[in-house]
Amino acid sequence: MLHPITTVHYLVLSAALLLIGTIGVLARRNIVVILMSLELILNAVNINLIAFSRHFGSVNGQIFAIFVITVAVAEAAVGLGILIALFRNKETVLADEVDLLKW
Amino acid sequence: MADTIFFYVFALLTLGGGVLTITRKSAVHSAIWLIVSLLGVAGLYLLQKAEFLFAVQIVLYIGGIMVLFLFVIMLVNLDQAAGQRQFNKQWWLALACVLVVGAEVIYFLNRGAGAFRLPPPAAPSQVAPGNTERLADVLFSEYLLPFEIASVLLLVAVVGSVIMAKKRI
Repeated sequence: MLHPITTVHYLVLSAALLLIGTIGVLARRNIVVILMSLELILNAVNINLIAFSRHFGSVNGQIFAIFVITVAVAEAAVGLGILIALFRNKETVLADEVDLLKW
Repeated sequence: MADTIFFYVFALLTLGGGVLTITRKSAVHSAIWLIVSLLGVAGLYLLQKAEFLFAVQIVLYIGGIMVLFLFVIMLVNLDQAAGQRQFNKQWWLALACVLVVGAEVIYFLNRGAGAFRLPPPAAPSQVAPGNTERLADVLFSEYLLPFEIASVLLLVAVVGSVIMAKKRI
């Protein structure tokens, strides 16, 4: 009754996670939650990379996943630093209240 | 059979955690649900014989990035933000765009379903070294230059975040 799991299962799961993360980035107002949604998107990419790494029987996909995690760490650190600087200057963490460049 | 059940359990953790991450009002709750989602992803790595990345996911994501997130949530006062509207005015537009893209992805995955059967799934040989050793071999020979560039990126991130969090920028 239960089918064996194939690569396509992982691809569908990864697409779903990517779309959930995209909704979070586009629709939420809180910048902290937007950064968390970015982590969801990067994790979806990693699931894809590792599914194909298993599919083709090589470790290159896993190497790429390591680099993606590295970039995610750097992005989170700098993003949260910017968030702290923003909060210190504007006293808000809502993305649509930061409209200094809006005419 | 056990693999199938574990896949669905971890998929449920991943997707359920993801949905709750983007819908909770309080940022702390979002962070906790994101940890659940990341644990599900770590389980999926383990199912696919990527043991090193499983460890990296637990130690780096859940132990590192999420602690950083929780630290910033505590540092920045989010109480008044939690009482306000959580979604911006264009949320229905975002939802519509995402649904269109999702339908497109599912359509193309269906059309290309035959392509995923082309190479036979490689059987793991018993004599081959473990996952971590194979990763290290490839990472330190073939991908040595990207590896070094990644270290420069981390250095830039360290300097950048220190400067961003300074008192007077």
